[in-house]
Amino acid sequence: MSAPGYTPDEIMTVTAARHLSDGAVCFVGIGLPSAACNLARMTHAPRLVLIYESGTVDTRPGVLPLSIGDGELAETATSIVPLPEIFAHYLQRGRVDVGFLGAAQIDRYANLNSTVIGDYARPKVRLPGAGGASEIATYAREVLVIMKQTPRSFVPRLDFLTSAGYLDGNGARAASGSPGGGPRAVITDFGVLRPHPETEELELAALYPGISVDAARAATGWPLQVAEHIEALPPPEPADLAALRDLEARTREAHARPIRINLRN
Amino acid sequence: MPLLPLNEAIATHVHDGDSVALEGFTHLIPFAAGHEVIRQQRRNLHLIRMTPDLIYDQLIGMGCAARLTFSWGGNPGVGSLHRLRDAVERQWPQPLALTEFSHAELALAYQAGASGMSCGLMPHHADTDLARLPGAALRTVRCPFTDRPLTAVPAINPDVTILHAQQIDAEGNVLIRGIVGAAREAALAARRVLVTVEERVERLGAGMNALVLPSWLISAASVVPGGAHPSYAQGYYPRDNRFYLAWDEIARDRQAFTAWMERHVLGVRDHASLLRALGVAA
Repeated sequence: MSAPGYTPDEIMTVTAARHLSDGAVCFVGIGLPSAACNLARMTHAPRLVLIYESGTVDTRPGVLPLSIGDGELAETATSIVPLPEIFAHYLQRGRVDVGFLGAAQIDRYANLNSTVIGDYARPKVRLPGAGGASEIATYAREVLVIMKQTPRSFVPRLDFLTSAGYLDGNGARAASGSPGGGPRAVITDFGVLRPHPETEELELAALYPGISVDAARAATGWPLQVAEHIEALPPPEPADLAALRDLEARTREAHARPIRINLRN
Repeated sequence: MPLLPLNEAIATHVHDGDSVALEGFTHLIPFAAGHEVIRQQRRNLHLIRMTPDLIYDQLIGMGCAARLTFSWGGNPGVGSLHRLRDAVERQWPQPLALTEFSHAELALAYQAGASGMSCGLMPHHADTDLARLPGAALRTVRCPFTDRPLTAVPAINPDVTILHAQQIDAEGNVLIRGIVGAAREAALAARRVLVTVEERVERLGAGMNALVLPSWLISAASVVPGGAHPSYAQGYYPRDNRFYLAWDEIARDRQAFTAWMERHVLGVRDHASLLRALGVAA
Protein backbone atom coordinates (compact mmCIF):
# COMPACT_ATOMS: atom_id res chain seq x y z
CA MET A 1 0.00 0.00 0.00
CA SER A 2 1.34 3.43 -0.87
CA ALA A 3 2.01 6.01 1.84
CA PRO A 4 -1.17 7.93 2.60
CA GLY A 5 0.35 11.43 2.34
CA TYR A 6 -0.22 12.28 5.99
CA THR A 7 1.22 11.11 9.31
CA PRO A 8 -0.72 9.32 12.09
CA ASP A 9 -0.39 12.47 14.23
CA GLU A 10 -1.87 14.56 11.43
CA ILE A 11 -4.96 12.44 10.84
CA MET A 12 -5.50 12.17 14.64
CA THR A 13 -5.28 15.95 14.99
CA VAL A 14 -7.58 16.65 12.03
CA THR A 15 -10.11 14.05 13.22
CA ALA A 16 -10.05 15.52 16.73
CA ALA A 17 -10.53 19.04 15.32
CA ARG A 18 -13.64 17.82 13.46
CA HIS A 19 -15.15 16.78 16.80
CA LEU A 20 -15.23 20.45 17.91
CA SER A 21 -18.22 22.54 16.90
CA ASP A 22 -18.13 26.30 16.50
CA GLY A 23 -18.89 28.27 19.66
CA ALA A 24 -18.08 25.43 22.06
CA VAL A 25 -16.15 26.26 25.25
CA CYS A 26 -13.12 24.01 25.32
CA PHE A 27 -10.66 23.30 28.16
CA VAL A 28 -7.40 22.51 26.39
CA GLY A 29 -4.37 20.43 27.33
CA ILE A 30 -0.88 20.72 25.81
CA GLY A 31 0.24 18.61 22.84
CA LEU A 32 -2.18 17.09 20.32
CA PRO A 33 -5.27 18.57 22.08
CA SER A 34 -3.83 22.07 21.75
CA ALA A 35 -2.97 21.47 18.08
CA ALA A 36 -6.47 20.10 17.37
CA CYS A 37 -8.28 22.95 19.12
CA ASN A 38 -6.28 25.64 17.36
CA LEU A 39 -6.63 23.90 14.00
CA ALA A 40 -10.42 23.85 14.52
CA ARG A 41 -10.37 27.53 15.47
CA MET A 42 -8.32 28.40 12.37
CA THR A 43 -10.58 26.39 10.03
CA HIS A 44 -14.24 25.46 10.63
CA ALA A 45 -14.78 26.79 14.18
CA PRO A 46 -13.59 30.42 14.37
CA ARG A 47 -15.66 31.12 17.49
CA LEU A 48 -14.38 28.15 19.48
CA VAL A 49 -13.60 29.41 23.00
CA LEU A 50 -10.28 28.05 24.25
CA ILE A 51 -9.46 28.00 27.95
CA TYR A 52 -6.04 26.78 29.09
CA GLU A 53 -5.64 25.76 32.72
CA SER A 54 -3.13 28.60 33.26
CA GLY A 55 -6.23 30.79 33.57
CA THR A 56 -6.14 32.22 30.04
CA VAL A 57 -9.73 32.56 28.82
CA ASP A 58 -10.79 32.83 25.17
CA THR A 59 -7.20 32.81 23.96
CA ARG A 60 -6.26 32.89 20.26
CA PRO A 61 -2.58 31.95 19.98
CA GLY A 62 -0.92 32.41 16.59
CA VAL A 63 1.58 29.63 17.33
CA LEU A 64 1.11 26.59 19.54
CA PRO A 65 2.36 27.12 23.10
CA LEU A 66 5.08 24.75 24.34
CA SER A 67 3.78 25.03 27.90
CA ILE A 68 0.27 25.50 29.22
CA GLY A 69 1.16 29.09 30.16
CA ASP A 70 3.31 30.61 27.41
CA GLY A 71 3.15 34.40 27.04
CA GLU A 72 1.43 33.93 23.67
CA LEU A 73 -1.65 32.61 25.52
CA ALA A 74 -1.72 35.56 27.92
CA GLU A 75 -1.24 38.19 25.21
CA THR A 76 -4.09 36.86 23.04
CA ALA A 77 -6.59 36.09 25.86
CA THR A 78 -9.77 38.04 26.56
CA SER A 79 -9.03 37.72 30.26
CA ILE A 80 -6.60 36.02 32.62
CA VAL A 81 -7.91 34.72 35.93
CA PRO A 82 -6.16 33.18 38.96
CA LEU A 83 -5.99 29.38 39.13
CA PRO A 84 -8.46 28.84 41.98
CA GLU A 85 -10.95 30.77 39.84
CA ILE A 86 -10.41 28.94 36.56
CA PHE A 87 -10.99 25.62 38.30
CA ALA A 88 -13.84 26.67 40.62
CA HIS A 89 -15.77 29.32 38.66
CA TYR A 90 -15.33 27.98 35.16
CA LEU A 91 -14.74 24.21 35.27
CA GLN A 92 -16.40 23.12 38.54
CA ARG A 93 -19.35 25.46 37.94
CA GLY A 94 -20.09 23.59 34.70
CA ARG A 95 -19.16 26.26 32.16
CA VAL A 96 -16.95 24.03 30.01
CA ASP A 97 -18.47 22.09 27.09
CA VAL A 98 -15.49 20.01 26.00
CA GLY A 99 -12.47 18.80 27.96
CA PHE A 100 -9.59 17.39 25.97
CA LEU A 101 -7.28 14.81 27.57
CA GLY A 102 -4.43 12.45 26.83
CA ALA A 103 -2.97 9.82 29.18
CA ALA A 104 -0.38 7.07 29.46
CA GLN A 105 -3.00 4.33 29.98
CA ILE A 106 -6.72 3.92 29.24
CA ASP A 107 -9.02 1.01 30.06
CA ARG A 108 -12.15 -0.30 28.35
CA TYR A 109 -14.37 2.15 30.25
CA ALA A 110 -12.16 5.11 29.25
CA ASN A 111 -10.73 5.61 32.73
CA LEU A 112 -7.31 7.25 32.50
CA ASN A 113 -3.91 6.92 34.18
CA SER A 114 -1.37 9.73 34.08
CA THR A 115 0.24 9.07 37.48
CA VAL A 116 2.49 5.96 37.56
CA ILE A 117 3.37 2.79 35.66
CA GLY A 118 3.85 0.01 38.20
CA ASP A 119 3.23 0.21 41.93
CA TYR A 120 2.63 3.72 43.33
CA ALA A 121 5.15 3.34 46.17
CA ARG A 122 7.86 1.84 43.93
CA PRO A 123 6.92 2.97 40.42
CA LYS A 124 8.59 1.66 37.31
CA VAL A 125 7.83 5.01 35.66
CA ARG A 126 6.80 8.09 37.57
CA LEU A 127 4.48 10.05 35.23
CA PRO A 128 3.70 13.77 35.75
CA GLY A 129 0.47 13.17 37.68
CA ALA A 130 -3.07 14.51 37.56
CA GLY A 131 -2.63 18.21 36.89
CA GLY A 132 -6.12 19.38 35.98
CA ALA A 133 -7.07 16.12 34.27
CA SER A 134 -9.13 14.58 37.06
CA GLU A 135 -11.40 17.62 37.40
CA ILE A 136 -11.66 18.10 33.63
CA ALA A 137 -12.79 14.46 33.43
CA THR A 138 -15.38 15.10 36.15
CA TYR A 139 -16.85 18.43 35.10
CA ALA A 140 -16.58 18.99 31.34
CA ARG A 141 -19.96 18.32 29.67
CA GLU A 142 -18.11 15.89 27.45
CA VAL A 143 -14.54 14.67 27.22
CA LEU A 144 -12.47 13.87 24.15
CA VAL A 145 -9.48 11.60 24.67
CA ILE A 146 -6.65 11.58 22.16
CA MET A 147 -3.89 8.97 22.42
CA LYS A 148 -1.96 6.43 20.36
CA GLN A 149 -3.38 2.93 20.47
CA THR A 150 -0.95 0.22 21.62
CA PRO A 151 -1.41 -2.82 23.86
CA ARG A 152 0.82 -1.08 26.44
CA SER A 153 -1.42 1.99 26.63
CA PHE A 154 -4.86 0.38 26.01
CA VAL A 155 -4.75 -1.95 29.01
CA PRO A 156 -7.13 -4.41 30.67
CA ARG A 157 -6.36 -2.85 34.06
CA LEU A 158 -4.93 0.57 34.86
CA ASP A 159 -1.90 0.73 37.14
CA PHE A 160 -3.51 3.82 38.70
CA LEU A 161 -6.87 5.55 38.22
CA THR A 162 -6.14 9.29 37.82
CA SER A 163 -9.22 10.48 35.92
CA ALA A 164 -12.65 8.88 35.86
CA GLY A 165 -14.16 7.78 32.59
CA TYR A 166 -17.17 5.47 33.05
CA LEU A 167 -15.62 3.70 36.10
CA ASP A 168 -17.00 0.10 35.94
CA GLY A 169 -19.51 0.97 33.21
CA ASN A 170 -23.28 0.35 33.14
CA GLY A 171 -24.09 3.71 34.72
CA ALA A 172 -21.45 3.66 37.48
CA ARG A 173 -20.24 7.13 36.56
CA ALA A 174 -23.70 8.73 36.71
CA ALA A 175 -24.33 6.92 40.02
CA SER A 176 -21.16 8.52 41.43
CA GLY A 177 -22.75 11.93 40.91
CA SER A 178 -20.13 13.14 38.41
CA PRO A 179 -21.86 16.00 36.61
CA GLY A 180 -20.03 15.80 33.27
CA GLY A 181 -21.07 13.36 30.54
CA GLY A 182 -17.75 11.50 30.37
CA PRO A 183 -15.65 10.55 27.35
CA ARG A 184 -17.63 10.87 24.12
CA ALA A 185 -14.82 9.67 21.87
CA VAL A 186 -11.32 8.27 22.08
CA ILE A 187 -9.39 9.38 19.01
CA THR A 188 -6.42 7.14 18.22
CA ASP A 189 -4.00 6.57 15.36
CA PHE A 190 -6.32 3.79 14.07
CA GLY A 191 -9.67 5.52 14.27
CA VAL A 192 -12.25 6.43 16.88
CA LEU A 193 -13.61 4.42 19.83
CA ARG A 194 -16.93 5.38 21.43
CA PRO A 195 -18.71 4.12 24.53
CA HIS A 196 -21.57 1.64 24.01
CA PRO A 197 -24.80 3.46 25.01
CA GLU A 198 -25.67 0.93 27.74
CA THR A 199 -22.55 -0.92 28.90
CA GLU A 200 -20.38 2.19 28.36
CA GLU A 201 -17.57 -0.10 27.20
CA LEU A 202 -15.47 1.44 24.42
CA GLU A 203 -16.11 -0.04 21.00
CA LEU A 204 -14.44 0.55 17.69
CA ALA A 205 -16.73 3.01 15.90
CA ALA A 206 -14.68 4.47 13.05
CA LEU A 207 -11.52 3.68 11.09
CA TYR A 208 -9.10 5.73 9.01
CA PRO A 209 -8.56 4.83 5.35
CA GLY A 210 -6.56 1.63 4.89
CA ILE A 211 -6.82 0.52 8.56
CA SER A 212 -8.42 -2.85 9.35
CA VAL A 213 -10.53 -3.94 12.31
CA ASP A 214 -7.94 -6.65 13.03
CA ALA A 215 -5.14 -4.09 13.20
CA ALA A 216 -7.11 -1.97 15.69
CA ARG A 217 -7.90 -5.07 17.76
CA ALA A 218 -4.24 -6.12 17.79
CA ALA A 219 -3.32 -2.69 19.16
CA THR A 220 -5.70 -3.07 22.10
CA GLY A 221 -4.84 -4.84 25.35
CA TRP A 222 -8.37 -6.15 25.88
CA PRO A 223 -10.79 -7.93 23.48
CA LEU A 224 -12.01 -4.81 21.65
CA GLN A 225 -15.73 -4.75 20.88
CA VAL A 226 -16.74 -3.52 17.44
CA ALA A 227 -19.78 -1.34 16.72
CA GLU A 228 -22.51 -2.75 14.48
CA HIS A 229 -21.72 -0.15 11.86
CA ILE A 230 -18.16 1.11 11.45
CA GLU A 231 -17.84 4.56 10.00
CA ALA A 232 -15.15 5.04 7.34
CA LEU A 233 -13.36 8.25 8.24
CA PRO A 234 -12.19 10.46 5.37
CA PRO A 235 -8.54 11.39 4.92
CA PRO A 236 -7.62 14.94 5.98
CA GLU A 237 -8.69 17.64 3.52
CA PRO A 238 -5.71 19.27 1.79
CA ALA A 239 -6.75 22.62 3.28
CA ASP A 240 -6.75 21.17 6.83
CA LEU A 241 -3.35 19.56 6.29
CA ALA A 242 -1.94 22.80 4.92
CA ALA A 243 -3.29 24.80 7.88
CA LEU A 244 -1.91 22.27 10.38
CA ARG A 245 1.53 22.10 8.76
CA ASP A 246 1.72 25.87 8.56
CA LEU A 247 0.78 26.16 12.26
CA GLU A 248 3.41 23.59 13.22
CA ALA A 249 6.12 25.23 11.11
CA ARG A 250 5.40 28.62 12.74
CA THR A 251 5.46 26.91 16.13
CA ARG A 252 8.83 25.19 15.57
CA GLU A 253 10.33 28.46 14.39
CA ALA A 254 8.97 30.33 17.43
CA HIS A 255 10.21 27.73 19.93
CA ALA A 256 13.73 27.76 18.43
CA ARG A 257 14.02 31.55 18.62
CA PRO A 258 16.80 32.73 20.96
CA ILE A 259 15.71 35.15 23.65
CA ARG A 260 17.49 38.22 25.01
CA ILE A 261 17.17 39.61 28.52
CA ASN A 262 18.10 43.19 29.22
CA LEU A 263 20.00 43.32 32.52
CA ARG A 264 19.26 46.85 33.72
CA ASN A 265 20.66 47.65 37.11
CA MET B 1 9.85 45.51 53.90
CA PRO B 2 13.63 45.57 53.48
CA LEU B 3 15.17 45.53 50.00
CA LEU B 4 18.06 43.06 50.32
CA PRO B 5 20.61 41.44 48.07
CA LEU B 6 19.18 38.03 47.13
CA ASN B 7 21.83 36.03 49.02
CA GLU B 8 21.00 37.89 52.23
CA ALA B 9 17.25 37.48 51.74
CA ILE B 10 17.62 33.70 51.31
CA ALA B 11 20.13 33.39 54.19
CA THR B 12 17.74 35.26 56.51
CA HIS B 13 14.42 33.66 55.55
CA VAL B 14 14.99 30.12 54.21
CA HIS B 15 16.19 27.54 56.73
CA ASP B 16 16.95 23.83 56.65
CA GLY B 17 13.76 21.82 57.11
CA ASP B 18 11.41 24.68 56.07
CA SER B 19 8.34 24.15 53.90
CA VAL B 20 8.97 26.38 50.89
CA ALA B 21 6.67 27.28 48.01
CA LEU B 22 8.33 28.83 44.95
CA GLU B 23 5.16 29.62 43.01
CA GLY B 24 4.39 31.02 39.57
CA PHE B 25 2.41 28.93 37.08
CA THR B 26 4.74 28.54 34.08
CA HIS B 27 5.16 32.34 34.24
CA LEU B 28 7.32 34.25 36.80
CA ILE B 29 8.97 31.15 38.28
CA PRO B 30 11.59 32.40 40.78
CA PHE B 31 14.62 30.61 39.29
CA ALA B 32 17.21 33.04 40.65
CA ALA B 33 15.92 32.57 44.20
CA GLY B 34 15.84 28.77 43.77
CA HIS B 35 19.44 28.82 42.54
CA GLU B 36 20.47 30.84 45.60
CA VAL B 37 18.83 28.19 47.84
CA ILE B 38 20.97 25.59 46.03
CA ARG B 39 24.13 27.71 46.41
CA GLN B 40 23.50 28.03 50.14
CA GLN B 41 23.01 24.23 50.30
CA ARG B 42 19.72 24.14 52.22
CA ARG B 43 18.74 20.62 53.22
CA ASN B 44 15.56 18.65 54.08
CA LEU B 45 13.26 21.22 52.54
CA HIS B 46 9.59 20.42 52.02
CA LEU B 47 9.10 21.82 48.54
CA ILE B 48 5.57 22.85 47.55
CA ARG B 49 4.58 23.85 44.03
CA MET B 50 1.71 23.07 41.66
CA THR B 51 4.08 22.35 38.77
CA PRO B 52 7.58 21.52 40.08
CA ASP B 53 9.09 22.60 36.72
CA LEU B 54 12.85 22.75 36.10
CA ILE B 55 13.62 24.67 39.30
CA TYR B 56 12.42 21.82 41.53
CA ASP B 57 14.10 19.27 39.25
CA GLN B 58 17.31 21.18 40.09
CA LEU B 59 16.64 21.50 43.83
CA ILE B 60 15.72 17.80 44.08
CA GLY B 61 18.72 16.67 42.03
CA MET B 62 21.04 18.77 44.20
CA GLY B 63 19.79 17.07 47.38
CA CYS B 64 17.93 20.04 48.91
CA ALA B 65 14.53 18.34 49.30
CA ALA B 66 13.14 15.58 51.52
CA ARG B 67 9.47 16.04 50.59
CA LEU B 68 7.49 17.34 47.60
CA THR B 69 3.88 18.49 47.51
CA PHE B 70 2.70 19.00 43.93
CA SER B 71 -0.02 18.46 41.34
CA TRP B 72 1.79 18.06 37.98
CA GLY B 73 5.46 17.10 37.74
CA GLY B 74 6.61 17.24 34.13
CA ASN B 75 8.63 19.43 31.77
CA PRO B 76 5.67 21.18 30.07
CA GLY B 77 5.32 20.18 26.43
CA VAL B 78 8.64 18.31 26.56
CA GLY B 79 8.30 15.25 28.83
CA SER B 80 9.67 14.08 32.16
CA LEU B 81 11.46 15.88 34.95
CA HIS B 82 14.30 13.35 35.03
CA ARG B 83 15.75 14.38 38.40
CA LEU B 84 12.30 14.15 40.03
CA ARG B 85 11.82 10.72 38.46
CA ASP B 86 15.27 9.53 39.56
CA ALA B 87 14.50 10.57 43.15
CA VAL B 88 11.12 8.79 43.17
CA GLU B 89 12.10 5.73 41.14
CA ARG B 90 15.66 5.16 42.42
CA GLN B 91 15.99 7.40 45.51
CA TRP B 92 18.83 9.45 43.97
CA PRO B 93 20.41 11.47 45.48
CA GLN B 94 18.07 10.68 48.39
CA PRO B 95 14.49 9.48 48.91
CA LEU B 96 11.74 12.00 48.19
CA ALA B 97 8.38 11.68 49.98
CA LEU B 98 5.44 12.76 47.82
CA THR B 99 2.14 14.42 48.68
CA GLU B 100 0.13 14.60 45.54
CA PHE B 101 -3.00 16.56 44.59
CA SER B 102 -4.85 17.58 41.45
CA HIS B 103 -4.50 21.21 40.33
CA ALA B 104 -7.93 22.20 41.65
CA GLU B 105 -7.20 20.58 45.02
CA LEU B 106 -3.81 22.21 45.46
CA ALA B 107 -5.12 25.63 44.39
CA LEU B 108 -7.88 25.16 46.96
CA ALA B 109 -5.35 24.14 49.64
CA TYR B 110 -3.46 27.42 49.11
CA GLN B 111 -6.74 29.36 49.13
CA ALA B 112 -7.75 27.72 52.42
CA GLY B 113 -4.34 28.53 53.88
CA ALA B 114 -4.66 32.13 52.71
CA SER B 115 -8.13 32.37 54.30
CA GLY B 116 -7.20 31.07 57.74
CA MET B 117 -9.24 27.90 57.11
CA SER B 118 -8.04 24.44 58.19
CA CYS B 119 -9.35 22.99 54.94
CA GLY B 120 -11.02 23.88 51.67
CA LEU B 121 -14.15 22.19 50.35
CA MET B 122 -15.15 21.08 46.89
CA PRO B 123 -17.87 18.76 45.57
CA HIS B 124 -17.11 15.07 45.96
CA HIS B 125 -17.70 12.71 43.04
CA ALA B 126 -16.06 9.48 41.99
CA ASP B 127 -12.99 8.58 44.03
CA THR B 128 -9.82 8.29 42.02
CA ASP B 129 -6.85 6.30 43.31
CA LEU B 130 -5.31 9.53 44.61
CA ALA B 131 -7.96 9.59 47.33
CA ARG B 132 -7.20 5.95 48.20
CA LEU B 133 -3.46 6.20 48.80
CA PRO B 134 -2.28 5.26 52.28
CA GLY B 135 -1.93 8.53 54.18
CA ALA B 136 -3.96 10.39 51.54
CA ALA B 137 -4.64 13.90 52.70
CA LEU B 138 -8.21 14.14 51.35
CA ARG B 139 -11.30 13.42 53.44
CA THR B 140 -14.95 13.12 52.51
CA VAL B 141 -17.40 15.06 54.66
CA ARG B 142 -21.12 15.89 54.37
CA CYS B 143 -22.51 19.30 53.55
CA PRO B 144 -24.44 20.41 56.67
CA PHE B 145 -27.16 21.97 54.46
CA THR B 146 -27.70 19.49 51.64
CA ASP B 147 -26.07 16.34 53.06
CA ARG B 148 -24.18 15.99 49.75
CA PRO B 149 -20.63 14.58 49.94
CA LEU B 150 -17.81 17.12 49.84
CA THR B 151 -14.07 16.62 49.49
CA ALA B 152 -12.05 18.37 52.20
CA VAL B 153 -8.53 19.39 51.20
CA PRO B 154 -6.20 20.32 54.08
CA ALA B 155 -4.92 23.91 54.05
CA ILE B 156 -1.33 24.58 53.07
CA ASN B 157 0.60 27.26 54.98
CA PRO B 158 4.22 27.28 53.77
CA ASP B 159 6.90 28.57 56.13
CA VAL B 160 8.00 30.74 53.24
CA THR B 161 6.57 31.52 49.80
CA ILE B 162 8.92 32.93 47.17
CA LEU B 163 7.58 34.77 44.10
CA HIS B 164 9.08 36.59 41.16
CA ALA B 165 7.20 39.72 39.99
CA GLN B 166 7.56 42.53 37.49
CA GLN B 167 7.89 45.63 39.67
CA ILE B 168 8.33 46.98 43.17
CA ASP B 169 7.63 50.63 43.96
CA ALA B 170 9.37 53.05 46.32
CA GLU B 171 7.13 51.93 49.19
CA GLY B 172 7.79 48.24 48.55
CA ASN B 173 4.44 47.30 46.96
CA VAL B 174 4.77 44.56 44.34
CA LEU B 175 2.92 44.24 41.01
CA ILE B 176 2.28 40.91 39.26
CA ARG B 177 0.91 40.99 35.69
CA GLY B 178 -0.07 38.26 33.23
CA ILE B 179 -0.65 34.63 34.19
CA VAL B 180 -0.79 34.75 37.98
CA GLY B 181 -1.47 31.09 38.80
CA ALA B 182 -1.90 30.62 42.53
CA ALA B 183 0.83 33.15 43.41
CA ARG B 184 -1.46 35.42 45.40
CA GLU B 185 -2.94 32.55 47.43
CA ALA B 186 0.48 30.98 48.06
CA ALA B 187 1.83 34.32 49.30
CA LEU B 188 -1.14 35.06 51.56
CA ALA B 189 -0.98 31.51 52.99
CA ALA B 190 2.70 31.77 53.94
CA ARG B 191 4.33 32.76 57.23
CA ARG B 192 7.03 34.69 55.35
CA VAL B 193 7.02 36.07 51.80
CA LEU B 194 10.12 36.70 49.69
CA VAL B 195 9.87 38.46 46.36
CA THR B 196 12.34 39.00 43.54
CA VAL B 197 11.42 41.62 40.93
CA GLU B 198 12.51 42.68 37.46
CA GLU B 199 12.82 46.34 38.42
CA ARG B 200 12.25 49.02 41.02
CA VAL B 201 10.07 51.96 39.96
CA GLU B 202 8.86 55.08 41.74
CA ARG B 203 5.17 54.23 41.22
CA LEU B 204 3.44 51.09 39.92
CA GLY B 205 1.33 51.99 36.90
CA ALA B 206 -1.16 49.41 38.09
CA GLY B 207 -4.77 49.22 36.93
CA MET B 208 -7.48 49.41 39.57
CA ASN B 209 -7.98 45.64 39.79
CA ALA B 210 -4.34 44.71 39.33
CA LEU B 211 -2.70 42.08 41.50
CA VAL B 212 -0.61 44.14 43.93
CA LEU B 213 0.92 42.64 47.08
CA PRO B 214 1.17 45.40 49.68
CA SER B 215 4.62 46.04 51.13
CA TRP B 216 3.56 45.11 54.67
CA LEU B 217 2.86 41.50 53.58
CA ILE B 218 6.39 41.04 52.26
CA SER B 219 9.29 39.93 54.46
CA ALA B 220 12.05 40.92 52.04
CA ALA B 221 12.47 41.78 48.37
CA SER B 222 15.40 41.72 45.94
CA VAL B 223 15.81 43.31 42.54
CA VAL B 224 16.93 40.52 40.16
CA PRO B 225 16.52 41.32 36.46
CA GLY B 226 15.94 38.12 34.48
CA GLY B 227 15.18 36.33 37.76
CA ALA B 228 12.49 34.15 36.18
CA HIS B 229 14.66 32.83 33.32
CA PRO B 230 14.20 30.26 31.72
CA SER B 231 10.53 30.90 32.51
CA TYR B 232 9.40 34.41 31.63
CA ALA B 233 8.27 37.80 32.81
CA GLN B 234 5.40 39.25 30.76
CA GLY B 235 6.46 42.61 29.36
CA TYR B 236 10.17 41.91 29.93
CA TYR B 237 11.24 38.70 28.16
CA PRO B 238 9.56 35.59 26.72
CA ARG B 239 9.81 32.01 27.92
CA ASP B 240 13.09 30.41 26.83
CA ASN B 241 11.46 27.40 25.20
CA ARG B 242 14.83 26.45 23.70
CA PHE B 243 16.21 26.00 27.19
CA TYR B 244 13.22 23.89 28.30
CA LEU B 245 13.81 21.63 25.27
CA ALA B 246 17.57 21.46 25.99
CA TRP B 247 17.02 20.64 29.69
CA ASP B 248 15.62 17.23 28.75
CA GLU B 249 19.06 16.13 27.59
CA ILE B 250 20.99 17.81 30.44
CA ALA B 251 18.83 16.33 33.22
CA ARG B 252 18.54 12.82 31.76
CA ASP B 253 22.00 11.83 33.00
CA ARG B 254 23.22 12.24 36.62
CA GLN B 255 26.73 13.28 35.64
CA ALA B 256 25.66 15.71 32.94
CA PHE B 257 23.20 17.24 35.39
CA THR B 258 25.73 17.58 38.19
CA ALA B 259 28.33 19.07 35.85
CA TRP B 260 25.80 21.58 34.52
CA MET B 261 24.75 22.64 38.03
CA GLU B 262 28.35 22.95 39.21
CA ARG B 263 29.28 25.12 36.28
CA HIS B 264 26.14 27.25 35.95
CA VAL B 265 24.78 27.53 39.50
CA LEU B 266 27.40 26.62 42.13
CA GLY B 267 30.21 28.07 40.02
CA VAL B 268 28.71 31.52 39.49
CA ARG B 269 28.21 34.36 41.92
CA ASP B 270 24.73 35.45 40.91
CA HIS B 271 21.93 35.16 38.37
CA ALA B 272 23.34 37.82 36.05
CA SER B 273 26.54 35.75 35.70
CA LEU B 274 24.43 32.70 34.78
CA LEU B 275 22.49 34.66 32.14
CA ARG B 276 25.76 35.94 30.66
CA ALA B 277 27.22 32.43 30.62
CA LEU B 278 24.11 31.15 28.82
CA GLY B 279 24.39 33.94 26.27
CA VAL B 280 20.89 35.31 26.89
CA ALA B 281 21.94 38.55 28.61
CA ALA B 282 21.82 41.61 26.37
